[in-house]
Amino acid sequence: MAPRRPPKLDVDRLIADRRTRIIVCCGSGGVGKTTVAAAIGLRAAERGRHVVVLTVDPARRLAQSMGLTSLDNTPRPVPGLRLDDGLAQDGNGAESAGSLHAMMLDMKRTFDEIVEAHADPDRAAQILANPFYQSLSSSFAGTQEYMAMEKLGQLRRADEWDLIVVDTPPSRSALDFLDAPQRLSRFLDGRLLRLLTAPAKVGGRAYLRVLNAGFGVVTGILTKILGTAVLKDVQTFVTALDTMFGGFRERADYTYQLLRAPGTSFLVVAAPEDDALREASYFVERLDQERMPLAGLVLNRVQFVSAGQLSAARSLAAAEVLQAATGQQTRGAQQTHGGQRAQRRAGDESEDGARLLALAALRLHADRMDQAAAQRRTAEQFTAAHPLVPVTEVPAQAEDVHDLDGLRAIGQAFGTDAPADAA
Amino acid sequence: MATRDTDWDGVRLHVVTGKGGTGKTTVAGALALALAADGRKVLLMEVEGRQGIAQLFDVPPLPYAERRIAVGLGSQAHQGGDVFALVADPEAALTEYLEMFYSLRHAGTALAKMGVMDFATTIAPGLRDVLLTGKAAEAVRRKDDKRHRVYDAVVMDAPATGRIGRFLNVTSEVSDLARVGPIRGHADTVQKVIRSPETVVHFVTVLEEMPVQETLDGIAELRSLGGIRPGGIIVNMARPLALPPNQVQAAADGNLDQAQLALGLKLAGLDDSSGLAGPLAAELSAQAKTSLGQELQQERLDTTGQPCYQLPWLGGDIGLAGLYRLASALRQQKAA
Repeated sequence: MAPRRPPKLDVDRLIADRRTRIIVCCGSGGVGKTTVAAAIGLRAAERGRHVVVLTVDPARRLAQSMGLTSLDNTPRPVPGLRLDDGLAQDGNGAESAGSLHAMMLDMKRTFDEIVEAHADPDRAAQILANPFYQSLSSSFAGTQEYMAMEKLGQLRRADEWDLIVVDTPPSRSALDFLDAPQRLSRFLDGRLLRLLTAPAKVGGRAYLRVLNAGFGVVTGILTKILGTAVLKDVQTFVTALDTMFGGFRERADYTYQLLRAPGTSFLVVAAPEDDALREASYFVERLDQERMPLAGLVLNRVQFVSAGQLSAARSLAAAEVLQAATGQQTRGAQQTHGGQRAQRRAGDESEDGARLLALAALRLHADRMDQAAAQRRTAEQFTAAHPLVPVTEVPAQAEDVHDLDGLRAIGQAFGTDAPADAA
Repeated sequence: MATRDTDWDGVRLHVVTGKGGTGKTTVAGALALALAADGRKVLLMEVEGRQGIAQLFDVPPLPYAERRIAVGLGSQAHQGGDVFALVADPEAALTEYLEMFYSLRHAGTALAKMGVMDFATTIAPGLRDVLLTGKAAEAVRRKDDKRHRVYDAVVMDAPATGRIGRFLNVTSEVSDLARVGPIRGHADTVQKVIRSPETVVHFVTVLEEMPVQETLDGIAELRSLGGIRPGGIIVNMARPLALPPNQVQAAADGNLDQAQLALGLKLAGLDDSSGLAGPLAAELSAQAKTSLGQELQQERLDTTGQPCYQLPWLGGDIGLAGLYRLASALRQQKAA
């Protein structure tokens, strides 16, 4: 029995629906999330939406394709849109042409801005100069995720765009993106942090005494490993941050709620590979637990075959026929080495060329058919476990995307007019 | 120690990095097998708690302990040596460190309970990194009671390229935070190993723009740090080109002779030869375009002057046999 096909994910309907305000593209690293996000943004803009695409770490050529030349935290208009097409396709009677902005996240600057917004100038300066803050703001494994969410919140509040497409940071695991903001806010609220700030506060010693004696042991050990100077730096830092705790938590909660709000849709992006689809599965299950709205799975970089009617087996059998023929010819040519070879008729030569060309084509085709079949089996492991999750497939592109046409080609897969897949 | 005339004779710590999705763990595993040829003893170490090594070698999840997981690549002359694996976890490394240097036996447990590792990871990843690199440095330097090194080589499946400079440059990461004190002293010791001629950093990549860019950035970053040596570039999952090189450009431009292709298909005995010529030419054309792009990426890698090695694409699930094939390919190319 043929496996049940999953429902088709209709990205075009999603972007045409004016109630869709935020699309979050998530998935593990290296699956082409940024490209998919950019392609969705472009397609939506050319269909009349006012779109901003928030990218985190785009490939240079992809960034250039959207006219982004620097990481400057500011949405920039993307030139070169085909707005006429958008108007023509806008079913709502085209009240206005769409627009597209794109920006790259500068995580340190976003963090600095939060500090500046939440602390008085003296305290802000003190925090910004602290070595631990500098370490936290530029390298904490979750800072990028947290700042992407913060930026999303800012863009949403600015209300200048009617659709925000977010590309999530290239973390190893797709789940980091959901957990990092909470982890940071939990950290800033943590027991240990309170312990470390305690001695620096007035009455800190008394505070310590009433707490678990284990605290004393821990500070003792920390002093031993880190030395008193480091511990003092940490204390200065966390004390300075102390006043901002409320603000941090509030913001983290706000963005988390935003992700659950109506108008937000998640697209899980995966390549048809075991690891990526395993991550996609975890993510789909997690979104369900968190009651966050999943629109579907974008299966990116799928190997499509043009000549699907020719099976791998038939292709290889035909290649063998040619191989045998060219093998004989080669041996023949060696035996009649020298002058005689030049006398061979032009017709033979062109037949040799034809055989070699066909041999290359048939071997490549068999390889691609095998690969496509392997990808389909891998994808079926996902669809079998999540039969209700809509799926759309994006064909693997022959070249890296480097201009808007490249993004449009990817966007084609989102259309209902997309070519049927090879399955 | 016998010299084997490889590109990395005398290297004991092989750090393997690469962008996500390039097969970093697989290559680290293959390298360990290759280095363990000729009866050598190799430690393969993982630092991100993903249990990637266990999956790769198809064994149950590995603890924080050195376990023998495979026999090295054999040859006609020699039986392969032993490959040991270790999943280095910062918390366990910290506990071990405290016991070793301060005789604080239960301190680690107390710290763990307080969420100290979470804290350290959050506020100063450098502190966590120094524990992990410290474990590798310890394994490299460890000697048995006859004063011989326990391991001939250590292969570390390191964090991704974007983080590698920070990860290895622990002294400066930690010294920004800790100008004096015991952790600083420890970091300095670790750094001596990382910056010695016994350590190199290999980059795993595929011939696509982003991974190649990250490789170039990573190599430049290591060079700028001074003393940390970039090693080889391992181009993974390389696919053979179907067409002879002189036809690639024409194919990419969509100028393949379809009539000739149809003739060839007919000679192959395919009855629908004329109908197939178009779609098959399109497939050749797509591959040609990809391969021209890959050539450009290869040229960019060549500008680094680092040795490049090619590993073939072996299909989705390569299995243990595939891993040994990759090991053998690395050895043939003198990467190990």
